[in-house]
Amino acid sequence: MSERVELAHNAVGRRVPTMVNGRPQIPFLGVGKYQPRGRKAAPPIRSSKDYPDSGDKRLPDLETALRKCGLRDGMVISNHHHLRDGDRVALMALEAAAKIGVKDLLWFPSASFPSQKGAIELMEKKVIHHIEGSMNGPLGDYCTQGKMRGMGVLRSHGGRWQAIQDGEVHIDIAVIAAPTADFFGNADGSHGKSACGSLGFALADSTYADHVIVVTDNLVPFPCVPWQIQGNNVDYVVEVESIGDPSKIVSGTTQITRSPDRLRIAEFVARFLRESGIMKNGFSFQAGAGGIALAFVQYLKQMMKEDGVKARFVRGGSTKVLVELLQEGLTDYILDGQTFDLDGVRSMANDPRHVATSPFTSYNYHGKGNFASLVDAVVLGATEVDTNFNANVVTHSDGRLLHGIGGWQNCLFSGCSILAVPSFRDRIPVIVDEVTTLTGPAEMIDVIVTERGIAINPRRTDLLDAVKGSKLPIRPIQDIKTEVEKICGGRPARPKLGDRPCAVVKWVDGTVLDTVWQVA
Amino acid sequence: MSAAEPKSPRTSEAGHWGKDVRSDMHVAFEARDSGGVEISLESRVAPYYGDAILEQARQVLDELDIKHARLTIHDEGALPFVIAARIEAAVRRAGMALGKKSLPAQHTPPAPSQRDRLRRSRLYLPGSEPKYYINAALHSPDAVILDLEDSVHRDEKDVARLLVRNTLRAVDFGSCERMVRINQLPLGLEDLAEIVGESPDLILIPKVEDPQQVAEVDRMIGEMKSRHGMIRSIWIMPILESALGIENAFAVAASSENVVALTIGLEDYTADLGMAKTPQGRESAYARARVVNAARAAGIQAIDSVFSDVADMEALRHWGEASRAMGFEGMGCIHPGQVRVVHEAFAPSAAEIEKAQKIVAAFEDAQQKGLAVVSLGSKMIDPPVVQRALKLVDRAKAMGVIQ
Repeated sequence: MSERVELAHNAVGRRVPTMVNGRPQIPFLGVGKYQPRGRKAAPPIRSSKDYPDSGDKRLPDLETALRKCGLRDGMVISNHHHLRDGDRVALMALEAAAKIGVKDLLWFPSASFPSQKGAIELMEKKVIHHIEGSMNGPLGDYCTQGKMRGMGVLRSHGGRWQAIQDGEVHIDIAVIAAPTADFFGNADGSHGKSACGSLGFALADSTYADHVIVVTDNLVPFPCVPWQIQGNNVDYVVEVESIGDPSKIVSGTTQITRSPDRLRIAEFVARFLRESGIMKNGFSFQAGAGGIALAFVQYLKQMMKEDGVKARFVRGGSTKVLVELLQEGLTDYILDGQTFDLDGVRSMANDPRHVATSPFTSYNYHGKGNFASLVDAVVLGATEVDTNFNANVVTHSDGRLLHGIGGWQNCLFSGCSILAVPSFRDRIPVIVDEVTTLTGPAEMIDVIVTERGIAINPRRTDLLDAVKGSKLPIRPIQDIKTEVEKICGGRPARPKLGDRPCAVVKWVDGTVLDTVWQVA
Repeated sequence: MSAAEPKSPRTSEAGHWGKDVRSDMHVAFEARDSGGVEISLESRVAPYYGDAILEQARQVLDELDIKHARLTIHDEGALPFVIAARIEAAVRRAGMALGKKSLPAQHTPPAPSQRDRLRRSRLYLPGSEPKYYINAALHSPDAVILDLEDSVHRDEKDVARLLVRNTLRAVDFGSCERMVRINQLPLGLEDLAEIVGESPDLILIPKVEDPQQVAEVDRMIGEMKSRHGMIRSIWIMPILESALGIENAFAVAASSENVVALTIGLEDYTADLGMAKTPQGRESAYARARVVNAARAAGIQAIDSVFSDVADMEALRHWGEASRAMGFEGMGCIHPGQVRVVHEAFAPSAAEIEKAQKIVAAFEDAQQKGLAVVSLGSKMIDPPVVQRALKLVDRAKAMGVIQ
């Protein structure tokens, strides 16, 4: 990253590069302001005559498969992250590429995890040029220390799909870890010893990549039913001993927070939904797998029972607590993007009302609508929020990359987006004057729930009216901030960030929302 | 040929650090004879508060009159009142700063607590765990109790005492009554010497067996108050934790006009009896009844022990309801999650409130009409029944159960 980077101010005043990894960029224009045109990217034409009539696409190993896909320097290799921190396939593929001797690959995972820190060595050896995808832990540090040769690009789950469809990222070879597959390449995530539930994140890769390799540790005779990945998109199938560590793919048990302060936040969120009237028959909500989100569902469930209210659908990441809602008849469906625990995996495998979704159905910007805006309320986390309701979810307030965007940006399109956060962590206030990295624009964020009170975005006069007269501690955001700064012994100093961009944060439409700066 | 022996460095330490420690810090102090103050800091909040911590550390040393020293600080996000306490503790452990202290910024002290205020719940906060303090009041217990006794290791009493002192001074506990459990005498007197100046609302004295122990504490508090020119009351709640203590319950309850409540410690009491403590509490039925009776006889509140299974809310509710039925007005909580259940258990039922309100209405009606006899329907209501109803309605209002 030696070339000078030209910067422009985007519509929210953030300085962003106009060129990223050799591709010209459009600075963020405002929510809904950018109008994309043209035709979507497409994979090359293939012919069934070139594939075996027997349907058997098996090859002995990944290295052979990569060679047959024509792997060469500078190509884009993609992986999905449904196996989370237990995944073995991504590194297996990248290491096979190293063995072949290629250089300067762009690794394009739907997310990366700490167990994939081996990618650092491959970047040092110049096998990988850079990563476009979420980076946290050691990979995040490597990026924000400015050691990566290219610029990191952080996209939401929906934004990754958009980038593929726009041709902004052209996947040369998709390597798809599959908990179950047949020799034709049909693949499923909800069965097998490494079952992970949905394979939705790999769907775009399977349909848009030039070449697709399915890697499985549970090969079944054709047909693999159900198939989440269609074998008709798959070039080769490789059978391996293990695609991942099951104990890290899904957790055996769901941990609900026991922290009284976090439980208090969770209960406030549930009460907010009830008292604002959002919790009513036929409503819908989405909650992640964080401790507060899980506890929130427990409280809400009790209130739904008390009030005789049933949801039409809930959106996963699914966990035991959502599965219980389904089983107890408190929701008609779970529309599930990813599966976090064994109960979720079992439910998806056995219950037709537990439906696997993909970022296309849920989040895709180039779809003719998507599910995210149909959800009545969503409960999310954040690392920082400013007094205008802008939020950061990707960097720690010292500028280091901490999380990927995941579905976070996409979920902000729901009817009521709620950030459930402690008001300070380790003396560091969460409500700040200006977020370190803008990930969610203020107009998209409706409610901040902390243990010290609930702040409603003044733009949402409807929500303010809805809870008027309730016993909820509704407070101006500035008020909570002032209280917390008093507790913490004054306003925190602003950490010094470098002036070299090391990654960009994309908005859901592909425009550049903000820059992650090299940590000084 | 003899060179002057260099003075051996006086070193000491206080506080905690490590991966699992939050909102605390560890301070290593080395007294020196020259060279000024040298501070090294490692902190997980360094980018935000590193300069503030260094500045505060210098200020604390200055107030303690330390001119030459080396401080090594490992900070895990300690708040200013904790920082001050840890540094002062380390310095004092080196035998320095005698007669000096470094107090954190003072939070406006709450109004003095009323003798007969609600004491349904008191939330225990270990005197060595600052991470629990800041948010304790959010869970709305009637009281918080900063504990210097059983939750603090005997080697850490000196350090905890300073932390509790600073906590009383700097932390906003809202409308909670601020209690401190001191150590058994005579150590408890050292606790008092440190904390009374920061206006705790109530002192719990552990393992009381004899009214003399209460008198000693009462005298010490009185002396400290006059030394500090304080007028607000500091109440006393003796804890009976032995068979002998129970036998002397009334004498203890009546031992000072500052005693506002009497309570029992069941772990130690059952140990003294050589019995196991059970969730039903049959083994302590006599002792608890005795406490209630002695407290009533002395005109003060009877407060129950704690319920130690924090996971079993139903058992806690049963315990609390049974406890209220015996005549106790509250109990201890060892986890914030217990507070709400305890408040519900000690609240009068809707039926009780309704009945009491009817009696009060009849009483007010009789007053207005100038009648000496209160009657409800065809029944005459005895004066003690009226008194009980008035008290119940008052309590229900204070609890927020009725408007």
